[in-house]
Amino acid sequence: MEPSIYQSELNLEATELRLGLPGRTNNKRSSPEDRSRSISISISKSSSVDSSGPSNATDHDDDDDDHQNSVQPAKVQVVGWPPVRSFRRNSMQQQKQKKDEHNNNNGDGSAMYVKVSMAGAPYLRKIDLNVYNSYSQLLNALQNLFKCTFGEYSEREGYNGSEYAPTYEDKDGDWMLVGDVPWDMFTCSCKRLRIVKGSEAKGLASL
Amino acid sequence: MKKAAYSFPEEVLEHVFSFIVSDKDRSSISLVCKSWYEIERWCRRKVFVGNCYAVSPPILIKRFPELRSVTLKGKPHFADFNLVPEGWGGFACPWIRAMAGAYPWLEEIRLKRMVVSDESLEIIAKSFRNFKVLVLSSCEGFTTEGLAAIAANCRNLRELDLRESEVEDLSGRWLSDFPDSYTSLESLNISCLGNEVNLLALERLVSRCPNLKTLRLNRAVPLDRLPNLLRGAPQLAELGTGAYTSEMRPDVFSNLAEAFAGCKQLKTLSGFWDVLPSYLPAVYPICSQLISLNLSYATVQSPDLIKLVSRCEKLQKLWVLDYIEDDGLEVLAASCKDLRELRVFPSDPFGLEPNVALTEQGLVSVSEGCPKLQSVLYFCRQMSNAALNTIARNRPNLTRFRLCIIEPRSPDYLTLQPLDDGFGAIVEHCKDLRRLSLSGLLTDRVFGYIGTYGKKLEMLSVAFAGDSDLGLHHVLSGCDNLRKLEIRDCPFGDKALLANAAKLETMRSLWMSSCSVSFGACKVLGQKMPRLNVEVMDESGPPDSRPESSPVEKLYVYRTVAGPRLDMPGFVWTMDDNSALRIS
Repeated sequence: MEPSIYQSELNLEATELRLGLPGRTNNKRSSPEDRSRSISISISKSSSVDSSGPSNATDHDDDDDDHQNSVQPAKVQVVGWPPVRSFRRNSMQQQKQKKDEHNNNNGDGSAMYVKVSMAGAPYLRKIDLNVYNSYSQLLNALQNLFKCTFGEYSEREGYNGSEYAPTYEDKDGDWMLVGDVPWDMFTCSCKRLRIVKGSEAKGLASL
Repeated sequence: MKKAAYSFPEEVLEHVFSFIVSDKDRSSISLVCKSWYEIERWCRRKVFVGNCYAVSPPILIKRFPELRSVTLKGKPHFADFNLVPEGWGGFACPWIRAMAGAYPWLEEIRLKRMVVSDESLEIIAKSFRNFKVLVLSSCEGFTTEGLAAIAANCRNLRELDLRESEVEDLSGRWLSDFPDSYTSLESLNISCLGNEVNLLALERLVSRCPNLKTLRLNRAVPLDRLPNLLRGAPQLAELGTGAYTSEMRPDVFSNLAEAFAGCKQLKTLSGFWDVLPSYLPAVYPICSQLISLNLSYATVQSPDLIKLVSRCEKLQKLWVLDYIEDDGLEVLAASCKDLRELRVFPSDPFGLEPNVALTEQGLVSVSEGCPKLQSVLYFCRQMSNAALNTIARNRPNLTRFRLCIIEPRSPDYLTLQPLDDGFGAIVEHCKDLRRLSLSGLLTDRVFGYIGTYGKKLEMLSVAFAGDSDLGLHHVLSGCDNLRKLEIRDCPFGDKALLANAAKLETMRSLWMSSCSVSFGACKVLGQKMPRLNVEVMDESGPPDSRPESSPVEKLYVYRTVAGPRLDMPGFVWTMDDNSALRIS
């Protein structure tokens, strides 16, 4: 977890992280006089505690989806500069990713719009999973959309004491009970939703 | 006979002392004479330890045997920006263990930037029968299991505040561990938690605690559960929402607006993650009563921010993202005449190009329009000496001024000169300035101004600035009230440090990283000043494996009566008389 530290020497550009096409140069490089002072530039692997993984270099990629097709070169990051706390940085990154995914939806494997069906309903609905951050948000929306109730979820008994239960088809084609896996894992693997009668769901839960 | 005429009975003195609450005054009292020292220490109930390594638990307990409230701070401020490696220190456990034995009637523990384990939380939960307040600010090292212990055992808990701590969130079940009979909660801040808490338990908890004044939810609490929570606590004064988004449905909106309107005492709002702009108007009914608004996670554009902010005529504190832009700040300046504090955070700190129309002009507008403005934190991409000058002249009542020009060493964008004169104007005109953070292109001259004018300055943060030791010398020799100095990536070295060694004993701490202080100088400082801990941090290996003249990676110097600490990780060395023995 320890960042590796390089003294900034003349090889700065060679070690710089870039996403741009070869040949594009960065504006504003530090002058030779600046470099003679000891500037430590850490290409920090652990600059954020964010578990969502993507480095800041990738974020710039998302940024530019709006501008033509040009990809801006990522900045060499100095540890702790600008002085923005990890909590804030992670939070902003998460929000940005959500927005970008929302804007560039469908087409890729983890499609965010999914069909929702319910036994007995005359037609299917479609919802955007990205609008929700958690199971309770999703379930509330579904309950409102179909005017049904799901009851309390428990790991052991599924949705106990309710007429209906939410299930989903995952990437493998299996029908799963909504709520068993962590939310992020669910949104990545959910292909469609189906609201089933409580009795049907009990079968799933007791597995 | 004469003696009796001049001495009060102890009880009288104690009673008089009980009206003295400020730490400084308490300290002064204790210095008057031996008997006052004795009386004072027995009746001191509250203690603030700004650096947990400046003193030790046994020393604290020996002097103050009857404390009810302890505040401890651990890591240096730059830890917030990942400059302090993992494992550095700030462990709360030894303190909590010691206090558990010595202070059975302890009521309040407040920790900042410390490492707190679940074990420590369990000790707190079981040791203090009348425990009331737990504040863990920017702490880490504990999980929701530790919180469960607190919830289950602290019958008289009033305040549980986890602001900005890193909690390993294993499960939201801990909240259900508050027993049904527990009703004394006044303040709850769980905004830092990643996962969902048990919402039903939360609703029940909120509605059965009639004195609940502060409730800061985490992002995972969905917006459509908020009205229920608010209805359960109409007396709420401070609210932090969860995610502020939902499927856009008229009934959710009206429900929300109605619930907000029912909170007649609500004065502070925060949260606002994932904001759907069309839901912002739900708070309009209470805007006119708001004094504090934290929109610094709200990624909405200027027009929506303007509509909101322009309705908050009583606003005293605003934290916001730079999406507000210069236009929005102009509206702020026109609408919020009571504004005392403004913080503008960057929405895209690592982008190369500006993504918003926010410049120095926004800050100038606010400085013109808000006569009570005292505290500023401002991230931007361009600044000029002229603007700083104007701001200084407009607002001589500034007490905190923290400016971060995102690109290091940016000059005045109009003249391409250093920003020395601009910051000079700030320190010259703002005579009560206590805290200052510098940025941009700066030479030794700015430090000359700071040393000359910054007589009330207590905390100074410097990055990528200065030319030589003279800069550091100006600050150390000139700023009479300096307590905390933190410096990174500046060409400051041995001469200024050693010449001002005595000054360091009058300060809480000095941090220098990526500067030009040599290992040899650190050793000399450590040997010369026994009441300072001179700690060298170097992750690339023991400093004595390199020549004495090579610069140390990080230096942290602080005054202490507890001697060198014994809990240092492998990459920290203390320079003292025994340093020759210690490093082997």
